Amino acid sequence: MTTFATVDPLFNHGVTWAVLLIVIIKAVVGFAALMGSVTLMIWFERKAISDMQSRIGPQRWGPFGLLQTLADGIKLFFKEDLMPAEADRFVFKLAPYLVLVPALITFSIIPIGGTVTVAGHVIDLQVANPPIGILVMLAMSGISVYGVILAGWSSGSKYPLMSSVRASAQMISYEAALGMTIVTVVLATGSLSTHDIVNAQAHGIWHWNVIRLGIVPFVVFVMAITAELNRPPFDVVEAESELVGGFHTEYSSLRFALFFLAEFMNVITMSAMIVTLFLGGPAGWVPNIPHLRWVFPILWFLAKTTGFAFVYVWFRGALPRFRYDQLMDLGWKRLIPLSLGWMLIVAGFLVNRSWGFLMAALVLVAYIVLTRAFELGDGRRGDVLPTVGERPLPGAVLRAWTDRDSREEEE
Amino acid sequence: MIAATVPDVLVFVTAALLIVVGALGVLAVKNPVHAALSLIMTLFGVAIAFVAQSADFLAAVQVIVYAGAIVVLFLFVIMFLGVDRREHVEVEPLVGQRAFAGIGVVVTVAGIVTLMAKSHWVTGAVAVSGQGTPIVPGSANVREVGTAVFTTYLFAFEATAALLIIAVVGAVLLARRERRRDEIDEATASAAPVTEGSDR
Repeated sequence: MTTFATVDPLFNHGVTWAVLLIVIIKAVVGFAALMGSVTLMIWFERKAISDMQSRIGPQRWGPFGLLQTLADGIKLFFKEDLMPAEADRFVFKLAPYLVLVPALITFSIIPIGGTVTVAGHVIDLQVANPPIGILVMLAMSGISVYGVILAGWSSGSKYPLMSSVRASAQMISYEAALGMTIVTVVLATGSLSTHDIVNAQAHGIWHWNVIRLGIVPFVVFVMAITAELNRPPFDVVEAESELVGGFHTEYSSLRFALFFLAEFMNVITMSAMIVTLFLGGPAGWVPNIPHLRWVFPILWFLAKTTGFAFVYVWFRGALPRFRYDQLMDLGWKRLIPLSLGWMLIVAGFLVNRSWGFLMAALVLVAYIVLTRAFELGDGRRGDVLPTVGERPLPGAVLRAWTDRDSREEEE
Repeated sequence: MIAATVPDVLVFVTAALLIVVGALGVLAVKNPVHAALSLIMTLFGVAIAFVAQSADFLAAVQVIVYAGAIVVLFLFVIMFLGVDRREHVEVEPLVGQRAFAGIGVVVTVAGIVTLMAKSHWVTGAVAVSGQGTPIVPGSANVREVGTAVFTTYLFAFEATAALLIIAVVGAVLLARRERRRDEIDEATASAAPVTEGSDR
């Protein structure tokens, strides 16, 4: 129990029935709030995107089409559940949960407000405050990669498989840049816990990490997290013009609904994560109204999160999809060096000013060398053998290849 | 000796079962993707064991690095090269390797057993031997690991880093060979070179 007592004041006096009840209530309320906001998010995205495209969008069900998501949910629920004949049955059934469960768990570490005191118990307004804090998010995004990869693979179908190969490469590439920016935040805060990260930014806008760490980690984080979510413009995994529907092409009914749910849940969670890490979370101006002071941090948090949720929709409406090689170039050649260099500079300045400038100079030299190396590499593209065959594969080779495969299976 | 409580034992049994069943699954299952899945189960078991020893940070890193990155790369290779088909185990690429493999197993197991019997490696409060100071959870956990890695085990740490870099450079060198002049002409003239190894 020492593990929890050090971080959450709720467990200071041991675990009693009241504490247990509070924990259960927190989990249920968190779950309900997330589910409610997902339905709103789906409606919001459809409405906003239709406005951007000069359409009307959903309008039939409920005021402003608010109940459209509910209707769609009911429709999906009653649809026939199909499974392809070639599917790997166990993995096919497992995959949606590998996407959904991490999405739910990640939300649990986000502080959505300050503290509330109920009957002598000080309650943090966040479902859980584990000592490893932000690492939970990284671990969970690592797990949700499996959902995507396995869904594509287990479908026993070509396009989903391509999608999952893309997904595995993309999500791993961007995880590196993501981790590096998180390290920058953790270095500046001196703690992994999201609660501490938010508290460190509570004293005004100049303490927010977006400004305090320079704008770079924030920008890298937003890009990396968008790629991690496979949201536009990084949605090569679900590129409908190339891959039918991506990894969930073969899914239908409730299982498809789970993927859909997880995707929008992730949009909300990651918007909240950006707010938590860089924009002070629930920090903001609180008027001195008795008994209602605890409401305002929640409102601030909601406002900021909604803002970022809109940014995601905006990305989708405004930016064309990246080509796959551009995506990899951006991840490996730009974002990773940038976030790594910036992390070193921030670490230097945390020691003292002279170390900071020394680091900055070293990083600058490293960038110049790296840029030159990229130039040299680009110039020699023609005389290096490609790793896997020639692209695109000539038709004859492809046909021989597939014919041999089918012969083998017949034997 | 710190007495183990009932929850401690339950957690240990769960973790141990996950580890052992997962490890056996990797060996027993025919499909490589299923084997990779059981490997993830083992890694999770190890993470739970870490948490039980209040090494939260190690548990998180275990999941992030091993489950989140390394096994994903395994899966990537399995799917990308299409090796998720039935393998011919009876074909031996190296003649007489089985005897050497057997000797290797015996030596390794003997080494591990000796180490477990003789060493005084203690990781946490609820370690079986019950020696050493308990690890402080939370951020102090990170500090402890960091201090250990960058002071006591600095050489091992840097050697590992150098080894990884060498492996990466070697892989790039092997995969991206420079073309000879005649090969360039040949490649443009004929169809794509499909490597023979990729259907194994």
